[in-house]
Amino acid sequence: MASTATMAGTEPVFHLEEEHAHAEGSSTMLGFWLYLMSDCLIFAMLFAAYGVLGGNYAAGPAPKDLFDLNLVAVNTAMLLFSSITYGFAMLTMDKGRVAATQAWLAVTGLFGLAFLSIELYEFAHMIHEGATPQRSAFLSSFFTLVGTHGLHVTFGIVWLVTLMVQVARFGLIEANRRRLMCLSMFWHFLDVIWIGVFTFVYLMGMLR
Amino acid sequence: MPDTLTKFIFGRLTLESLPLHEPIVVATFIAVALGGIALLAAITYFKLWTYLWREWFTSVDHKKIGIMYMVLGLVMLLRGFSDAIMMRLQQAIAFNGSEGYLNSHHYDQIFTAHGVIMIFFVAMPFVTGLMNFVVPLQIGARDVSFPFLNNFSFWMTVGGAVLVMASLFVGEFARTGWLAYPPLSGIGYSPDVGVDYYIWALQVAGVGTTLSGINLICTIIKMRAPGMTMMRMPVFTWTSLCTNVLIVASFPVLTAVLAMLSLDRYVGTNFFTNDFGGNPMMYVNLIWIWGHPEVYILILPLFGVFSEVTSTFSGKRLFGYTSMVYATVVITILSYLVWLHHFFTMGSGASVNSFFGITTMIISIPTGAKIFNWLFTMYRGRIRFELPMMWTVAFMLTFTVGGMTGVLLAVPPADFVLHNSLFLIAHFHNVIIGGVLFGLFAGIAYWWPKAFGFKLDPFWGKVSFWCWVVGFWFAFMPLYILGLMGVTRRMRVFDDPSLQIWFVIAAFGAVLIAAGIAAFLIQIFVSIRKREALTDPTGDPWDGRTLEWATSSPPPAYNFAFTPVVRDNDAWWDMKKAGYVRPLSGFKPIHMPSNTGTGIILAGFSVALGFAMIWYIWWLAALSFVCLIATAIGHTFNYNRDFHIPAAEVTRTEEARTALLAAQG
Repeated sequence: MASTATMAGTEPVFHLEEEHAHAEGSSTMLGFWLYLMSDCLIFAMLFAAYGVLGGNYAAGPAPKDLFDLNLVAVNTAMLLFSSITYGFAMLTMDKGRVAATQAWLAVTGLFGLAFLSIELYEFAHMIHEGATPQRSAFLSSFFTLVGTHGLHVTFGIVWLVTLMVQVARFGLIEANRRRLMCLSMFWHFLDVIWIGVFTFVYLMGMLR
Repeated sequence: MPDTLTKFIFGRLTLESLPLHEPIVVATFIAVALGGIALLAAITYFKLWTYLWREWFTSVDHKKIGIMYMVLGLVMLLRGFSDAIMMRLQQAIAFNGSEGYLNSHHYDQIFTAHGVIMIFFVAMPFVTGLMNFVVPLQIGARDVSFPFLNNFSFWMTVGGAVLVMASLFVGEFARTGWLAYPPLSGIGYSPDVGVDYYIWALQVAGVGTTLSGINLICTIIKMRAPGMTMMRMPVFTWTSLCTNVLIVASFPVLTAVLAMLSLDRYVGTNFFTNDFGGNPMMYVNLIWIWGHPEVYILILPLFGVFSEVTSTFSGKRLFGYTSMVYATVVITILSYLVWLHHFFTMGSGASVNSFFGITTMIISIPTGAKIFNWLFTMYRGRIRFELPMMWTVAFMLTFTVGGMTGVLLAVPPADFVLHNSLFLIAHFHNVIIGGVLFGLFAGIAYWWPKAFGFKLDPFWGKVSFWCWVVGFWFAFMPLYILGLMGVTRRMRVFDDPSLQIWFVIAAFGAVLIAAGIAAFLIQIFVSIRKREALTDPTGDPWDGRTLEWATSSPPPAYNFAFTPVVRDNDAWWDMKKAGYVRPLSGFKPIHMPSNTGTGIILAGFSVALGFAMIWYIWWLAALSFVCLIATAIGHTFNYNRDFHIPAAEVTRTEEARTALLAAQG
C-alpha cells in the first residue's frame, strides 16, 4: 500500500498500484446504524404525538381504566428475555457453533411470538371494552405507538426465520454473520424502544 | 355482474372515476397517450428494450442511475411547469366577472400538483441524480456503498412519480395545497382519492429518498480514496454529505406524519381531527419539522455546485474552504430550529415566535458567508464566463434578493401581514428557482461533458439562460408587489380589476420561462446532433480541479483504473501541477457489483400496493404486499452479487483512451 505522504526526494504517489477493493459489507454496519436511527425518528414522532395527545381522552377511558401493569410486566419480561437469548445466539455464532446458534435463535423467536401474543390479547381486550383506536386521540396515539413497535417485532420474526433458513442452508458464512449482526442490532433497538414505551406509556400513564 | 362483486374487484374505482367530463384533462390524456405510444413504438422498432433493460433499468452503476434520475426530473419538470403556466393563464384572465377557463375543482388540483411535483419529483430527482453521478467520482470511488439499494431507491422515486401521473387520468389529485393540512385533508372534507394519491405517492418515493440518503452518507464516510481526509473533500461532496444527513434525519418524520394522516383517513383514528381530542396543528408542526430541512436538502448541494463552478471558472482555489464547510454544517443544524416560522400566525405567543424569528435570521449569516466566499474566489481570478459561470452569477444576484425577502418574512409582525400572501410565493420561488434551478442548470452544463463526452451547445444554452433569468424576474416581481398589496395565494378569480396588469406581466414572465425550457431541450437536441464538433476527448474540458476530471468522459464502468491517492484539497489540480503521468500498464482485475432487476420489480409491486390502497382494492393490496415481501426475501438468497472486470478488459479500455488522447496531440 502506498502512503499518502510525500517524502523528501521521492516521487509523489498519485495512485495505488494494487487494486483497492473495499471489503464486502464494510459499510453495512454503518448503513444499518443509520437506518436504525431513521427508524428511531419515526418512533420519536409517534412518542411526540402520544406526548401531545396522550391526555386527550375525549370523555373516554383513561390509562388507569385500561392498563394492566402485571400483564405488561410479563410482556416486558418476554421481550427482555428474547434480547438475552439473542445475545447468546451471537456468542455461539462467534464460536462457529451452528446448531447452538440456531437453537438460541429459535428460542428468541418464541419469546418474540409470546410477546406479540400477549400484546394482541391486550389489544383485543381493550377493543372488546370499547377502547378502540377511534374512541379518542389518546387511544389513537396509544394503539399507533405500541402497534408500530409490535409491527417491527413481527418483521423481526419474519427476518429471524429467513436468517435461520439461510444459516441452515449456507452455514455461518461471512455474509450470514453480518446479517445476524444486523438483526441483532435491530432486535436490541426494539428492546430500547420498548423500554421507552413501558416507561412513558404504561408507567407514566398509571400516574396520570 | 352483481354490485358487491364489482366492488370487491375494483374497490371504489368505477368508470365515473375517469375525468371524461373535463375536456382539458381529456385532451392532455390524448396527447400523453399518443406521445407514450409513439415512444414505446419507437423503442420496440429500434429493438431497444433489451438494451434499456440490461444497460439502464437493472444497472447498479451510480453514473447511469444518476443520469436516469436527471431524466426523471426533466420529464416531471415539463409536467410541473404545465401546471404553472395553466395557473398563470387562469389568474391573468379571471377578472371582471370572468371565471377563467379552469373550474375550482380542477384549479385546486393544479396548484397542489404543481407544488408536490416540483419539490418531490423535479427538484429531488435532479439533486439526487447530481449527487449520485458526481460524488463517487469526486471521492475516487468505484461505486456507492450499496449499489443495489441505489437502483431500488431510484425506482421507488419513479414509482411515486407514476402514482402522481396516474392521478391525472384515473381519479383526481389532492385539492389541499402541497402539504395537505388537515382537517381539510381529512376524510370528512376530502373523501375522494386525491389525498390518498398524495399520501401513497409520497410514501413510495419517500422510501427511495431515505434509502438513497443512507447510501450516500455511507459512501462519503467509507469509500473515499486514500488521503482524502474530511477537510480535503471537495465542497460539493461536503454539501452532499450534509444534505444526506438532513434527508435521513427528516424524511422519517414525513413518513410518520403521513402514516398518521393515513390512519385518520383509513381507520378513523383521531390524530388530526377536530373532535375526539385530535389536534390538526400537530400535523402542521410535524410536517414542517420535515419541510424546513427539506428546503435545505434542496439548496445545499447546489451551494456545492456553485463552489465548484466558481473556483474552476475563476482558475483559483476556493476562497475560505474551511469557512465554507463550517457554514454548511451550521446551516444543516440551524435548519432544524426554524420550522415554526412557517406558521407564526398559529398563535404560539411572542416568546416562541421571537425564538423562531431569530433562529431564522441567524441562518442568513452562514449563507452570507458563502456568498462572500464566492465573491472573493472570483476577486482577481481569471473568470471565464462560460455557461455554468453565467448561471452562478445570476444565482448570486437573484438569490440575494430572495434571501433578503426571507429575512423580512422572518420578522413575526411582518409575517402576520404577509402570511399566505403572494409575497411568500414570490419569496420561495425566488430562492428555489434562483438557487436550486439555476444551480441545477449550472451543474448540468458543468458535468454534462463528463457524463457524455461532449459539451452542451453554448448558443442555445445562452438563449435558455436569458429566457429563464429575465422570465423569472418578470414572473415573480409582480407577485412581490401583489403580496404587499395583500393578495393571498391559491386564488382562482379576482374582483379588483386594478390587480390584473400585474398578473398579465407575471404570465408574460411564465411564457419567457417556457421559452427557456424549450431552448434547454433544443440545446440538448442540438448538442447531441453536433456531438462530433463539441466532443471533448481529454476528460477535462474546463481545466477542472477535482477528481472527477481525472478520468475519461464518459468514465469507464469502474471509474478509475487505479484508485487515486489524494494529497490536497483540489486533488486533480494538484496532480496536474505535480506533473502526474497517467499509468499505461499494470492493470489489475477490478471488483464490481452485478446488475439486478430486483429493484424495478420491488418498486412495481409498491406502485401496485399504493394504487390498490388508494382505490380500496383490498385483495390487490394484500397480494402486492405479499409479493413485495416474498421478492425482497427471495433477493436475500442471492449471495453472488459481484464480479471482476478482467485485467485484459481494463487494459483494452485504457488503451482506447490512450489512443484517443494521443490523437488529440
